[in-house]
Amino acid sequence: MSTSSTTTERDPIPSGHEGTDSAHGADAPAGLAPQVPAERGLATASAPRRAWVAWLNAPGRWASSGGLSTLIFLMPLLLSFGLFSWWPIVRSAIMSVQNTNLVDEPTFVGLENFQQVLSDPLLGTAVLNTLYFAALALVLGYPVPLAAAVLMSEVRKAKGLYSALAYLPVVIPPVVSVLLWKFFYDASPTGVFNTVLGWVGIDPQPWLQSADSAMPSLVLYATWAAAGGTIIIYLAAVIGVPTELYDAAEVDGAGIWRKVWHVTMPQLRGILLVTFILQIIGTAQVFLEPYLFTNGGPANSTLTVLLLIYRYAFENSLGGDYGAATALSLMLAGVLAVFSAIYFRITRSWSTS
Amino acid sequence: MKSLGRRAGMAGALIASSALVLAGCSTSEEPASTTSDSGSAEAAPAGPVTVKVAIDAGLEPEARDAFDERVDQFEADRPDVTIEAQEYTWTGTTFAAELAGGTLPDVFTVPYTDGRGLIEREQIADIHELVNELPYADQFNPNVAQAGQDADGNMWAIPIAAYGQGLHYNRTLFEEAGLDPDSPPTSWDEVREYADTIAEATGEAGYAQMTSSNTGGWILTTLAYAMGGRTESADTTMPTLDDPAVKEALEYLQDLRWEDDSMGANFLYDWGTINQDFAAGRIGMYVSGGGNYGNLVTQNAMVPDDYGLTVLPLEGEDPGVLGGGTLAVVNPKADEATQAASVAWIDFYYMAKLADEEQAKANAEVAASLDQPVGAPELPVFDRELYDQSREWIADYINVPVEQMAPYTDAIFDQQLVGEPKTATQEVYAMLDSVVQSVLTDEAADIDALLADAQTQAEGIYASAE
Repeated sequence: MSTSSTTTERDPIPSGHEGTDSAHGADAPAGLAPQVPAERGLATASAPRRAWVAWLNAPGRWASSGGLSTLIFLMPLLLSFGLFSWWPIVRSAIMSVQNTNLVDEPTFVGLENFQQVLSDPLLGTAVLNTLYFAALALVLGYPVPLAAAVLMSEVRKAKGLYSALAYLPVVIPPVVSVLLWKFFYDASPTGVFNTVLGWVGIDPQPWLQSADSAMPSLVLYATWAAAGGTIIIYLAAVIGVPTELYDAAEVDGAGIWRKVWHVTMPQLRGILLVTFILQIIGTAQVFLEPYLFTNGGPANSTLTVLLLIYRYAFENSLGGDYGAATALSLMLAGVLAVFSAIYFRITRSWSTS
Repeated sequence: MKSLGRRAGMAGALIASSALVLAGCSTSEEPASTTSDSGSAEAAPAGPVTVKVAIDAGLEPEARDAFDERVDQFEADRPDVTIEAQEYTWTGTTFAAELAGGTLPDVFTVPYTDGRGLIEREQIADIHELVNELPYADQFNPNVAQAGQDADGNMWAIPIAAYGQGLHYNRTLFEEAGLDPDSPPTSWDEVREYADTIAEATGEAGYAQMTSSNTGGWILTTLAYAMGGRTESADTTMPTLDDPAVKEALEYLQDLRWEDDSMGANFLYDWGTINQDFAAGRIGMYVSGGGNYGNLVTQNAMVPDDYGLTVLPLEGEDPGVLGGGTLAVVNPKADEATQAASVAWIDFYYMAKLADEEQAKANAEVAASLDQPVGAPELPVFDRELYDQSREWIADYINVPVEQMAPYTDAIFDQQLVGEPKTATQEVYAMLDSVVQSVLTDEAADIDALLADAQTQAEGIYASAE
């Protein structure tokens, strides 16, 4: 449901997605059915299926060999995910083909909601704005944490202090920091940022109050707010690079830039690929910043797909159009799923090489 | 939508708090004269019924005691009914989910703006047959009554308060700019002049305008009405955003913004944020509901001495002032007996004090003793005579700066009150938000093109609302 999706989109690099990954990890211990000879690679990936097959083949043996206890241990996870994650997803899929006000019996309307969404002139605006946000966030938000992490790994003293400082924005509740930044972004000459700009002789900027500068302003905030988390991930990866590689590079006469480029970067490749897709998924679902900073304005210049979903469901018509909202949610999920699949297919060879 | 919710909250809070304290001095033996003792609404249900009624969250203990006493009175009168108070403040965004989840009270209040949408979507109970049995069912001010009626004129929601839009101004900023706070502007040209003077002299926004969360359309419609236009055909089947007054209103804003630069630096205000900035002395003038004072003082800590209120200048042919207010509604999931008991409660709790001297006085006395604003201007739900009388009843308890609101209260009754557009009100408002924002944030905005596009979009919205 759109409600649940809106709540998780706190920052452009949502940690919530990792939750799903670890859920798969938790499935793995289900590999307690030794009687099924499967290739090792497949076994870990589809442990639940293996257990299922085992149960089909020999229910008694499946139970006595621990299948039952596995299932019992799995129940909390299955129940909580089922109730709070999978069932809402199913519900929203159902609602997307219904017309409902949540009171009367819903009526089946087929693909009408999808048609309605696709013919909404605001959809194009929202998609373009979201892509614009994603592109800006990529240009600004992707390299900055990386550069910061590499720099911080080179620092000899007070490493912890720098990490803490970099991570600080992530600790501040997003709503609080957004409201703070909204104050900073005051477009009058006496606004905080405009005063600072005035010191170096730059004219007051309109920030959020102009269609041209509103989106970059949101990205600036988003980068500030989310960089800390990414920096920590990069930092861990950078520190994890075996020092022998650097020693070897140094012996070969490599300077600092060549070391970064030829040793650090290739070693970070796997992490970079994952953070890239996480950032794309996160930015595609950007909601908090446009909702709190501008509510989509000025003149819809910061209306994003998720904000449009929110408006369908809650804003325009007193919780009116749940059908349209869920339809657009499904389409967004579909696009992201396809994109992720393609991305991982294309990059599979890169990350393992 | 937050703003609309708050608007409701405001009206609801004022009504509720005043109504709550009303019971504080429940010396009266009968609740009301013209209203609830008619007995007609009481005849319907049989068997014990529990009605959950909305009260504001975080009430003062005195107010809560007063409420409970009121409940006792009602229950003594109606032994078959149990009243259960539930803290609830109308919020548009969570309403439908709460409705579906069954966590709504049976009786709660909503703003006029949201009433029509709720009725169209049948998200509130159709109580019109019960309402028709009330003795005053046909005595509502027609302008007010329509806020709670469906397309066929059946009253699904009972208006419990009404107001007309007003021009709020900051007296201190007026003085700083060398303007006389006792003679606020009386024409739109003067508003522009004053705004420019204030902006020049103080550096604050001379005139500010709401543009977000559907308020952009709300206030643009207000301006268009005041300049002699309408945004909907008389039979409510077609939008009329091509009305010259709408264009005039936008051109007016364009002049203030780009020629005079007298509108400050924030063009994304909604109801809550513009109140904040006004109370903080950063805005010279703005247009909002005439009953806003209570909210500015209780929520935004407005200094009463700063506050000034006047009527909107009405110009052009057949201009009007846009009205708003609060409706009492019943949960659509309530069964028949509960609905009947709910209407009886609304009759007893919200309506009696509008017409009964003793109730009105008791109400005002306790409100004043709790430092709640008493006597902020309202519009009559029934007729003018009764309203004037009720002001006399509570005269001793009025604690709001009445003289500072005199420019409004002296003239509001001579203004024609016009209801909001009826079809797809919020959707059209939302769409107009971006039109107003364009004009205020893009110097090159082409008003004709924007309006032509808005009209086309609105026609689409109207067509799908049929």
